[in-house]
Amino acid sequence: MIEKEYAYYAGCSLEGTASSYDRSIRVVLKSLGVTLREPEDWSCCGSTPAHAMNHVLAGALAARNLAIVERMETATLTTPCPSCLSAFKKAHDKASKDTAFRDEVNQLLDVPYEGGVKAKSTLQVIYEDVGPDTVASRVTTLLPDLKAACYYGCILSRPPRLAAFDDPENPVSMDRLLAACGVEVCDFAFKTECCGAAFGVPKKDMVLRLTHKVLTMAQDCGANCVVVACPLCQQNLDLRQGQVNRAMGSSFSIPILYFSQVLGLAFGYSPGELGLDKHIVSADALIRSRIPKGTEETVPPAKEKVGKSAAQGTARRSGERTETESTASAAKEA
Amino acid sequence: METIRLTSDTLHDFAEEVYQATGQNLVRCYQCGNCMAGCPYTEFFDYPVSQIMRMIQTGQREKALSSKAIWLCATCETCTTRCPCEIDVAEVMDGLRNIAYREKRFTEKDIRTFYEAFLTSLKNHGRIFELEIIARYNLRSGHLLTDADLGPKVMKQLHFLPKRIKGRNDVARIVKKFMEKK
Repeated sequence: MIEKEYAYYAGCSLEGTASSYDRSIRVVLKSLGVTLREPEDWSCCGSTPAHAMNHVLAGALAARNLAIVERMETATLTTPCPSCLSAFKKAHDKASKDTAFRDEVNQLLDVPYEGGVKAKSTLQVIYEDVGPDTVASRVTTLLPDLKAACYYGCILSRPPRLAAFDDPENPVSMDRLLAACGVEVCDFAFKTECCGAAFGVPKKDMVLRLTHKVLTMAQDCGANCVVVACPLCQQNLDLRQGQVNRAMGSSFSIPILYFSQVLGLAFGYSPGELGLDKHIVSADALIRSRIPKGTEETVPPAKEKVGKSAAQGTARRSGERTETESTASAAKEA
Repeated sequence: METIRLTSDTLHDFAEEVYQATGQNLVRCYQCGNCMAGCPYTEFFDYPVSQIMRMIQTGQREKALSSKAIWLCATCETCTTRCPCEIDVAEVMDGLRNIAYREKRFTEKDIRTFYEAFLTSLKNHGRIFELEIIARYNLRSGHLLTDADLGPKVMKQLHFLPKRIKGRNDVARIVKKFMEKK
Protein backbone atom coordinates (compact mmCIF):
# COMPACT_ATOMS: atom_id res chain seq x y z
CA MET A 1 0.00 0.00 0.00
CA ILE A 2 1.39 3.38 -0.91
CA GLU A 3 1.02 5.94 1.81
CA LYS A 4 0.66 9.07 -0.27
CA GLU A 5 1.98 11.63 2.14
CA TYR A 6 4.99 11.79 4.45
CA ALA A 7 6.55 14.39 6.68
CA TYR A 8 9.91 14.92 4.98
CA TYR A 9 12.89 15.84 7.14
CA ALA A 10 15.78 16.52 4.76
CA GLY A 11 18.37 17.33 7.45
CA CYS A 12 21.17 19.89 7.44
CA SER A 13 23.57 17.97 5.13
CA LEU A 14 20.93 17.84 2.42
CA GLU A 15 20.71 21.63 2.52
CA GLY A 16 24.49 21.87 2.14
CA THR A 17 27.07 19.49 0.74
CA ALA A 18 24.47 16.78 -0.02
CA SER A 19 21.99 18.97 -1.91
CA SER A 20 22.09 16.49 -4.81
CA TYR A 21 20.61 13.82 -2.52
CA ASP A 22 17.72 16.13 -1.62
CA ARG A 23 17.10 17.11 -5.21
CA SER A 24 17.08 13.54 -6.51
CA ILE A 25 14.89 12.25 -3.64
CA ARG A 26 12.27 14.92 -4.35
CA VAL A 27 12.29 14.22 -8.09
CA VAL A 28 12.00 10.45 -7.65
CA LEU A 29 9.27 10.51 -5.00
CA LYS A 30 7.21 12.96 -7.01
CA SER A 31 7.51 10.62 -9.95
CA LEU A 32 6.34 7.73 -7.73
CA GLY A 33 3.25 9.70 -6.65
CA VAL A 34 4.44 10.33 -3.10
CA THR A 35 3.91 13.76 -1.50
CA LEU A 36 6.55 15.12 0.84
CA ARG A 37 5.59 17.79 3.38
CA GLU A 38 8.40 19.63 5.12
CA PRO A 39 7.92 20.10 8.90
CA GLU A 40 7.73 23.83 9.55
CA ASP A 41 10.87 25.36 11.04
CA TRP A 42 12.61 22.04 11.63
CA SER A 43 15.96 22.14 13.43
CA CYS A 44 19.13 20.02 13.42
CA CYS A 45 18.67 16.50 14.89
CA GLY A 46 21.88 16.88 16.94
CA SER A 47 23.58 13.97 15.18
CA THR A 48 26.76 12.39 16.61
CA PRO A 49 28.06 15.40 18.60
CA ALA A 50 24.85 15.68 20.63
CA HIS A 51 24.60 12.02 21.68
CA ALA A 52 28.32 11.90 22.43
CA MET A 53 27.95 14.82 24.82
CA ASN A 54 24.67 14.03 26.55
CA HIS A 55 21.74 11.72 25.84
CA VAL A 56 19.16 14.20 27.14
CA LEU A 57 20.57 16.90 24.84
CA ALA A 58 20.36 14.48 21.90
CA GLY A 59 16.84 13.46 22.91
CA ALA A 60 15.66 17.07 23.15
CA LEU A 61 17.16 18.16 19.81
CA ALA A 62 15.55 15.19 18.05
CA ALA A 63 12.24 15.39 19.94
CA ARG A 64 11.77 19.07 19.05
CA ASN A 65 11.36 17.89 15.47
CA LEU A 66 9.25 14.87 16.41
CA ALA A 67 6.87 17.23 18.25
CA ILE A 68 6.56 19.39 15.12
CA VAL A 69 5.77 16.32 13.02
CA GLU A 70 3.29 15.12 15.65
CA ARG A 71 1.32 18.34 15.17
CA MET A 72 1.24 17.77 11.40
CA GLU A 73 -0.92 14.66 11.86
CA THR A 74 1.07 12.92 9.16
CA ALA A 75 1.43 9.28 10.10
CA THR A 76 5.08 8.82 9.20
CA LEU A 77 8.26 10.87 9.17
CA THR A 78 10.80 10.05 6.50
CA THR A 79 14.39 11.21 6.23
CA PRO A 80 17.00 10.24 3.64
CA CYS A 81 19.83 10.68 6.18
CA PRO A 82 20.68 7.63 8.35
CA SER A 83 22.18 9.81 11.08
CA CYS A 84 18.98 11.88 11.43
CA LEU A 85 16.96 8.65 11.27
CA SER A 86 18.99 7.11 14.06
CA ALA A 87 18.61 10.25 16.21
CA PHE A 88 14.82 10.18 15.79
CA LYS A 89 14.51 6.44 16.40
CA LYS A 90 16.65 6.56 19.53
CA ALA A 91 14.83 9.60 20.95
CA HIS A 92 11.45 8.01 20.24
CA ASP A 93 12.50 4.67 21.72
CA LYS A 94 13.87 6.15 24.94
CA ALA A 95 10.96 8.56 25.37
CA SER A 96 8.49 5.68 24.93
CA LYS A 97 10.16 3.34 27.40
CA ASP A 98 11.52 5.69 30.03
CA THR A 99 9.06 8.26 31.37
CA ALA A 100 11.73 9.98 33.47
CA PHE A 101 13.78 10.52 30.30
CA ARG A 102 10.72 11.81 28.44
CA ASP A 103 9.93 14.28 31.23
CA GLU A 104 13.52 15.51 31.28
CA VAL A 105 13.47 16.01 27.51
CA ASN A 106 10.07 17.67 27.47
CA GLN A 107 11.14 20.15 30.12
CA LEU A 108 13.56 21.50 27.55
CA LEU A 109 10.96 21.82 24.81
CA ASP A 110 8.34 24.50 24.21
CA VAL A 111 5.99 21.88 22.80
CA PRO A 112 6.24 18.46 24.43
CA TYR A 113 6.65 15.26 22.43
CA GLU A 114 3.92 12.74 23.25
CA GLY A 115 5.55 9.77 21.53
CA GLY A 116 3.45 9.21 18.41
CA VAL A 117 5.81 9.58 15.46
CA LYS A 118 7.13 6.68 13.41
CA ALA A 119 10.35 7.38 11.48
CA LYS A 120 11.46 5.56 8.33
CA SER A 121 14.40 6.08 6.01
CA THR A 122 13.40 7.26 2.55
CA LEU A 123 15.04 4.09 1.19
CA GLN A 124 12.61 2.09 3.35
CA VAL A 125 9.64 4.12 2.08
CA ILE A 126 10.59 3.47 -1.55
CA TYR A 127 11.39 -0.21 -0.94
CA GLU A 128 8.51 -1.19 1.35
CA ASP A 129 5.70 1.32 0.80
CA VAL A 130 6.19 1.90 -2.92
CA GLY A 131 7.98 -1.35 -3.84
CA PRO A 132 10.37 -2.55 -6.54
CA ASP A 133 7.49 -3.46 -8.91
CA THR A 134 6.14 0.09 -8.96
CA VAL A 135 9.68 1.39 -9.35
CA ALA A 136 10.20 -0.99 -12.30
CA SER A 137 6.99 0.25 -13.91
CA ARG A 138 8.37 3.82 -13.98
CA VAL A 139 11.62 2.91 -15.71
CA THR A 140 12.02 4.55 -19.11
CA THR A 141 15.79 4.45 -19.47
CA LEU A 142 18.41 1.74 -19.15
CA LEU A 143 21.94 2.35 -17.89
CA PRO A 144 23.96 -0.47 -19.48
CA ASP A 145 27.39 0.74 -18.31
CA LEU A 146 26.73 0.86 -14.56
CA LYS A 147 28.12 -1.88 -12.36
CA ALA A 148 27.00 -0.88 -8.90
CA ALA A 149 28.31 -1.74 -5.44
CA CYS A 150 25.43 -0.95 -3.08
CA TYR A 151 26.90 0.56 0.07
CA TYR A 152 24.35 0.95 2.86
CA GLY A 153 26.71 2.24 5.54
CA CYS A 154 26.56 1.30 9.17
CA ILE A 155 23.28 2.52 10.67
CA LEU A 156 20.61 2.27 7.97
CA SER A 157 19.67 -1.24 9.07
CA ARG A 158 21.36 -1.35 12.48
CA PRO A 159 21.00 -1.97 15.32
CA PRO A 160 18.30 -4.38 14.16
CA ARG A 161 15.89 -3.80 17.05
CA LEU A 162 15.71 -0.07 16.42
CA ALA A 163 16.18 0.04 12.66
CA ALA A 164 13.55 -2.66 12.04
CA PHE A 165 14.41 -2.61 8.36
CA ASP A 166 16.13 -4.98 5.97
CA ASP A 167 18.95 -7.30 7.10
CA PRO A 168 21.53 -5.87 9.54
CA GLU A 169 24.47 -7.75 7.99
CA ASN A 170 23.41 -8.22 4.38
CA PRO A 171 20.81 -5.62 3.42
CA VAL A 172 19.25 -6.08 -0.03
CA SER A 173 16.70 -3.27 -0.44
CA MET A 174 18.95 -1.01 -2.50
CA ASP A 175 20.25 -3.94 -4.56
CA ARG A 176 16.67 -4.88 -5.45
CA LEU A 177 15.57 -1.34 -6.29
CA LEU A 178 18.55 -0.94 -8.62
CA ALA A 179 17.91 -4.36 -10.15
CA ALA A 180 14.30 -3.25 -10.73
CA CYS A 181 15.79 -0.41 -12.81
CA GLY A 182 17.77 -2.95 -14.86
CA VAL A 183 21.10 -1.94 -13.31
CA GLU A 184 23.82 -4.57 -12.86
CA VAL A 185 24.48 -4.98 -9.14
CA CYS A 186 27.77 -6.48 -7.92
CA ASP A 187 28.18 -8.87 -5.00
CA PHE A 188 29.71 -6.40 -2.55
CA ALA A 189 31.04 -7.71 0.75
CA PHE A 190 31.34 -4.36 2.57
CA LYS A 191 27.71 -3.24 2.44
CA THR A 192 27.63 -2.21 6.10
CA GLU A 193 31.31 -1.53 6.89
CA CYS A 194 31.93 1.87 8.45
CA CYS A 195 33.46 4.63 6.28
CA GLY A 196 34.71 6.61 9.28
CA ALA A 197 31.51 8.60 9.67
CA ALA A 198 31.83 12.00 11.31
CA PHE A 199 35.60 11.73 11.91
CA GLY A 200 36.55 13.08 8.45
CA VAL A 201 37.66 16.40 9.93
CA PRO A 202 39.15 15.54 13.35
CA LYS A 203 40.58 12.07 12.55
CA LYS A 204 41.29 12.18 8.85
CA ASP A 205 43.96 9.42 8.85
CA MET A 206 41.47 6.97 10.29
CA VAL A 207 38.76 7.87 7.79
CA LEU A 208 41.11 7.64 4.82
CA ARG A 209 42.17 4.11 5.85
CA LEU A 210 38.57 2.93 6.32
CA THR A 211 37.38 4.59 3.11
CA HIS A 212 40.30 3.04 1.23
CA LYS A 213 39.13 -0.42 2.33
CA VAL A 214 35.59 0.25 1.07
CA LEU A 215 36.77 1.55 -2.31
CA THR A 216 39.22 -1.36 -2.68
CA MET A 217 36.48 -3.90 -2.04
CA ALA A 218 34.17 -2.12 -4.50
CA GLN A 219 36.81 -2.32 -7.19
CA ASP A 220 37.65 -5.94 -6.34
CA CYS A 221 34.03 -7.01 -6.77
CA GLY A 222 34.01 -5.55 -10.28
CA ALA A 223 31.98 -2.42 -9.55
CA ASN A 224 32.62 0.82 -11.44
CA CYS A 225 30.55 2.96 -9.08
CA VAL A 226 29.45 2.90 -5.45
CA VAL A 227 25.79 3.63 -4.76
CA VAL A 228 25.01 5.07 -1.32
CA ALA A 229 22.11 6.19 0.87
CA CYS A 230 24.03 8.35 3.37
CA PRO A 231 25.37 11.90 2.91
CA LEU A 232 28.36 11.17 5.14
CA CYS A 233 29.31 8.00 3.21
CA GLN A 234 29.01 10.00 -0.01
CA GLN A 235 31.21 12.76 1.34
CA ASN A 236 33.90 10.44 2.69
CA LEU A 237 34.03 8.35 -0.49
CA ASP A 238 33.66 11.11 -3.09
CA LEU A 239 35.00 14.38 -1.68
CA ARG A 240 37.86 12.59 0.12
CA GLN A 241 38.70 10.16 -2.70
CA GLY A 242 41.62 12.37 -3.78
CA GLN A 243 42.88 12.46 -0.18
CA VAL A 244 42.60 8.66 -0.04
CA ASN A 245 44.65 8.34 -3.22
CA ARG A 246 47.36 10.66 -1.90
CA ALA A 247 47.49 9.04 1.56
CA MET A 248 47.28 5.41 0.45
CA GLY A 249 49.02 5.55 -2.93
CA SER A 250 45.90 4.39 -4.74
CA SER A 251 44.45 5.77 -7.98
CA PHE A 252 40.70 5.37 -7.55
CA SER A 253 38.37 7.28 -9.78
CA ILE A 254 35.09 5.70 -8.74
CA PRO A 255 31.91 7.80 -8.98
CA ILE A 256 29.77 7.75 -5.81
CA LEU A 257 26.06 8.07 -6.60
CA TYR A 258 23.02 8.33 -4.36
CA PHE A 259 20.56 5.50 -5.01
CA SER A 260 17.92 8.15 -5.74
CA GLN A 261 20.11 9.51 -8.55
CA VAL A 262 20.29 6.08 -10.17
CA LEU A 263 16.50 5.72 -9.88
CA GLY A 264 16.09 9.23 -11.31
CA LEU A 265 18.30 8.45 -14.31
CA ALA A 266 16.29 5.26 -14.91
CA PHE A 267 13.08 7.31 -14.75
CA GLY A 268 14.48 9.48 -17.55
CA TYR A 269 15.65 12.55 -15.66
CA SER A 270 18.82 14.32 -16.76
CA PRO A 271 22.03 14.25 -14.65
CA GLY A 272 21.60 17.99 -14.01
CA GLU A 273 18.08 17.55 -12.63
CA LEU A 274 19.51 15.02 -10.17
CA GLY A 275 22.47 17.17 -9.05
CA LEU A 276 25.13 14.87 -10.50
CA ASP A 277 27.17 17.92 -11.51
CA LYS A 278 27.76 18.57 -7.79
CA HIS A 279 29.82 15.43 -7.29
CA ILE A 280 33.61 15.46 -7.32
CA VAL A 281 34.38 12.21 -9.19
CA SER A 282 32.45 12.55 -12.43
CA ALA A 283 29.99 9.84 -13.43
CA ASP A 284 29.70 11.22 -16.99
CA ALA A 285 31.48 8.33 -18.70
CA LEU A 286 29.35 5.73 -16.92
CA ILE A 287 26.00 7.35 -17.68
CA ARG A 288 26.76 8.64 -21.16
CA SER A 289 25.02 5.62 -22.61
CA ARG A 290 21.34 5.87 -21.66
CA ILE A 291 19.06 3.70 -23.78
CA PRO A 292 15.27 4.19 -23.95
CA LYS A 293 13.68 1.08 -22.47
CA GLY A 294 12.08 -1.17 -25.06
CA THR A 295 14.61 -0.27 -27.74
CA GLU A 296 17.45 -2.31 -26.23
CA GLU A 297 16.74 -5.28 -28.55
CA THR A 298 17.38 -3.13 -31.62
CA VAL A 299 20.74 -1.70 -30.54
CA PRO A 300 24.01 -3.67 -30.73
CA PRO A 301 24.58 -6.21 -27.92
CA ALA A 302 25.05 -4.46 -24.59
CA LYS A 303 28.54 -5.80 -23.88
CA GLU A 304 30.08 -4.39 -27.06
CA LYS A 305 28.40 -1.10 -26.36
CA VAL A 306 29.84 -1.01 -22.85
CA GLY A 307 33.38 -1.45 -24.13
CA LYS A 308 33.01 1.16 -26.83
CA SER A 309 31.41 3.76 -24.64
CA ALA A 310 33.88 3.24 -21.82
CA ALA A 311 36.73 3.65 -24.28
CA GLN A 312 35.21 6.89 -25.53
CA GLY A 313 34.97 8.02 -21.93
CA THR A 314 38.60 7.30 -21.15
CA ALA A 315 39.88 8.99 -24.31
CA ARG A 316 38.94 12.33 -22.78
CA ARG A 317 40.34 11.53 -19.36
CA SER A 318 43.69 11.34 -17.61
CA GLY A 319 46.05 8.39 -17.56
CA GLU A 320 44.92 7.72 -13.99
CA ARG A 321 41.43 7.04 -15.26
CA THR A 322 42.69 4.64 -17.92
CA GLU A 323 44.68 2.75 -15.36
CA THR A 324 41.67 2.44 -13.06
CA GLU A 325 39.46 1.14 -15.84
CA SER A 326 42.00 -1.35 -17.07
CA THR A 327 42.46 -2.59 -13.50
CA ALA A 328 38.70 -2.96 -13.18
CA SER A 329 38.42 -4.87 -16.42
CA ALA A 330 41.40 -7.04 -15.50
CA ALA A 331 39.71 -7.85 -12.20
CA LYS A 332 36.56 -8.71 -14.10
CA GLU A 333 38.36 -11.04 -16.49
CA ALA A 334 40.11 -12.77 -13.59
CA MET B 1 51.01 -7.87 33.15
CA GLU B 2 49.08 -5.56 35.40
CA THR B 3 47.43 -7.17 38.39
CA ILE B 4 44.04 -5.91 39.45
CA ARG B 5 42.73 -6.48 42.95
CA LEU B 6 39.09 -7.31 42.71
CA THR B 7 37.29 -6.34 45.88
CA SER B 8 33.59 -6.36 46.40
CA ASP B 9 33.67 -2.55 46.84
CA THR B 10 35.08 -1.69 43.46
CA LEU B 11 33.53 -4.53 41.57
CA HIS B 12 29.96 -3.36 41.23
CA ASP B 13 29.98 0.42 41.59
CA PHE B 14 31.08 1.21 38.07
CA ALA B 15 28.91 -1.48 36.47
CA GLU B 16 25.96 -0.05 38.38
CA GLU B 17 26.81 3.49 37.23
CA VAL B 18 26.94 2.30 33.61
CA TYR B 19 23.65 0.47 34.09
CA GLN B 20 22.03 3.66 35.40
CA ALA B 21 23.39 5.66 32.46
CA THR B 22 22.62 3.19 29.68
CA GLY B 23 20.26 0.48 30.95
CA GLN B 24 22.87 -2.14 29.97
CA ASN B 25 23.81 -4.92 32.37
CA LEU B 26 27.47 -5.79 31.86
CA VAL B 27 27.25 -8.84 34.11
CA ARG B 28 25.90 -10.63 31.04
CA CYS B 29 29.15 -10.14 29.06
CA TYR B 30 31.20 -13.36 28.96
CA GLN B 31 34.09 -11.84 26.99
CA CYS B 32 33.60 -13.75 23.73
CA GLY B 33 35.31 -10.90 21.85
CA ASN B 34 32.73 -10.68 19.06
CA CYS B 35 32.40 -6.91 19.54
CA MET B 36 36.15 -6.44 19.15
CA ALA B 37 36.36 -8.76 16.13
CA GLY B 38 33.74 -6.84 14.16
CA CYS B 39 34.74 -3.34 15.28
CA PRO B 40 36.18 -1.36 12.33
CA TYR B 41 38.07 0.79 14.85
CA THR B 42 39.92 -1.92 16.79
CA GLU B 43 43.16 -1.10 14.95
CA PHE B 44 42.91 2.52 16.13
CA PHE B 45 41.76 1.90 19.73
CA ASP B 46 44.13 1.89 22.70
CA TYR B 47 41.94 -0.84 24.26
CA PRO B 48 39.66 -3.03 22.15
CA VAL B 49 35.98 -2.63 22.95
CA SER B 50 35.76 -6.03 24.67
CA GLN B 51 38.43 -4.85 27.12
CA ILE B 52 36.43 -1.71 27.82
CA MET B 53 33.49 -3.98 28.69
CA ARG B 54 35.80 -5.97 30.98
CA MET B 55 36.95 -2.75 32.69
CA ILE B 56 33.33 -2.02 33.53
CA GLN B 57 32.90 -5.50 35.00
CA THR B 58 36.03 -5.15 37.10
CA GLY B 59 35.40 -1.60 38.25
CA GLN B 60 38.32 0.03 36.42
CA ARG B 61 36.53 3.34 36.08
CA GLU B 62 39.57 5.56 35.72
CA LYS B 63 41.10 3.47 32.96
CA ALA B 64 37.89 3.17 30.95
CA LEU B 65 36.99 6.86 31.17
CA SER B 66 40.45 8.03 30.19
CA SER B 67 40.72 5.66 27.22
CA LYS B 68 40.96 6.97 23.67
CA ALA B 69 38.65 4.18 22.53
CA ILE B 70 35.49 5.75 23.95
CA TRP B 71 36.14 8.86 21.81
CA LEU B 72 37.20 7.02 18.66
CA CYS B 73 34.05 4.85 18.61
CA ALA B 74 31.80 6.07 15.77
CA THR B 75 28.61 4.30 16.99
CA CYS B 76 28.54 2.17 13.84
CA GLU B 77 26.50 -0.41 15.81
CA THR B 78 28.42 -3.46 14.57
CA CYS B 79 29.15 -4.52 18.17
CA THR B 80 25.53 -4.07 19.24
CA THR B 81 24.32 -6.01 16.21
CA ARG B 82 26.62 -8.96 16.91
CA CYS B 83 26.65 -9.25 20.72
CA PRO B 84 25.34 -12.74 21.59
CA CYS B 85 24.31 -11.46 25.03
CA GLU B 86 22.24 -8.68 23.49
CA ILE B 87 24.20 -5.96 25.23
CA ASP B 88 23.89 -2.63 23.43
CA VAL B 89 27.67 -2.18 23.36
CA ALA B 90 27.55 1.02 21.29
CA GLU B 91 25.15 2.53 23.83
CA VAL B 92 27.60 1.62 26.59
CA MET B 93 30.46 3.35 24.73
CA ASP B 94 28.22 6.39 24.23
CA GLY B 95 27.27 6.35 27.90
CA LEU B 96 30.96 6.29 28.89
CA ARG B 97 31.54 9.27 26.58
CA ASN B 98 28.69 11.13 28.30
CA ILE B 99 30.30 10.50 31.72
CA ALA B 100 33.75 11.49 30.42
CA TYR B 101 32.22 14.70 29.00
CA ARG B 102 30.60 15.53 32.31
CA GLU B 103 33.92 15.00 34.10
CA LYS B 104 35.88 16.93 31.43
CA ARG B 105 38.06 13.97 30.53
CA PHE B 106 38.90 14.81 26.93
CA THR B 107 41.40 12.20 25.81
CA GLU B 108 40.88 13.04 22.14
CA LYS B 109 40.94 16.83 22.05
CA ASP B 110 40.39 17.24 18.32
CA ILE B 111 37.22 15.18 18.40
CA ARG B 112 35.89 17.25 21.28
CA THR B 113 36.79 20.47 19.41
CA PHE B 114 34.93 19.20 16.34
CA TYR B 115 31.82 18.21 18.32
CA GLU B 116 31.72 21.57 20.03
CA ALA B 117 32.19 23.45 16.75
CA PHE B 118 29.20 21.49 15.45
CA LEU B 119 27.03 22.22 18.48
CA THR B 120 28.00 25.91 18.47
CA SER B 121 26.85 26.20 14.86
CA LEU B 122 23.63 24.41 15.78
CA LYS B 123 23.16 26.83 18.69
CA ASN B 124 23.76 29.87 16.48
CA HIS B 125 21.31 29.04 13.70
CA GLY B 126 19.10 26.13 14.73
CA ARG B 127 20.63 24.16 11.88
CA ILE B 128 24.29 23.52 11.22
CA PHE B 129 26.34 25.60 8.81
CA GLU B 130 29.12 23.42 7.43
CA LEU B 131 31.51 26.24 6.49
CA GLU B 132 31.31 27.69 10.00
CA ILE B 133 32.03 24.31 11.60
CA ILE B 134 35.22 23.75 9.64
CA ALA B 135 36.38 27.35 10.15
CA ARG B 136 35.74 27.16 13.89
CA TYR B 137 37.39 23.73 14.14
CA ASN B 138 40.50 24.92 12.30
CA LEU B 139 40.85 27.95 14.58
CA ARG B 140 40.14 26.17 17.84
CA SER B 141 42.17 23.03 17.13
CA GLY B 142 45.15 24.97 15.78
CA HIS B 143 45.08 22.75 12.67
CA LEU B 144 44.51 25.75 10.45
CA LEU B 145 44.81 23.93 7.14
CA THR B 146 42.46 20.99 7.78
CA ASP B 147 40.77 20.18 4.46
CA ALA B 148 42.23 23.29 2.82
CA ASP B 149 43.25 20.93 -0.01
CA LEU B 150 39.55 20.31 -0.71
CA GLY B 151 39.00 24.05 -1.17
CA PRO B 152 38.33 24.43 -4.89
CA LYS B 153 36.56 21.07 -5.16
CA VAL B 154 34.18 21.56 -2.27
CA MET B 155 33.17 25.06 -3.43
CA LYS B 156 30.44 23.75 -5.70
CA GLN B 157 28.87 21.86 -2.78
CA LEU B 158 29.13 24.41 0.02
CA HIS B 159 26.56 27.03 0.87
CA PHE B 160 27.90 30.38 1.93
CA LEU B 161 25.09 31.57 4.15
CA PRO B 162 23.63 29.78 7.19
CA LYS B 163 19.97 28.72 7.19
CA ARG B 164 18.60 30.47 10.24
CA ILE B 165 15.35 29.07 11.58
CA LYS B 166 12.66 31.06 13.39
CA GLY B 167 12.92 28.88 16.49
CA ARG B 168 16.68 29.22 16.81
CA ASN B 169 16.39 30.78 20.26
CA ASP B 170 14.51 27.70 21.50
CA VAL B 171 17.23 25.47 20.09
CA ALA B 172 19.98 27.70 21.52
CA ARG B 173 18.42 27.44 24.98
CA ILE B 174 18.56 23.61 24.81
CA VAL B 175 22.19 23.51 23.67
CA LYS B 176 23.38 26.18 26.12
CA LYS B 177 22.06 24.23 29.05
CA PHE B 178 24.55 21.45 28.27
CA MET B 179 27.47 23.41 26.87
CA GLU B 180 27.61 25.87 29.74
CA LYS B 181 27.94 23.16 32.34
CA LYS B 182 31.60 22.84 31.43
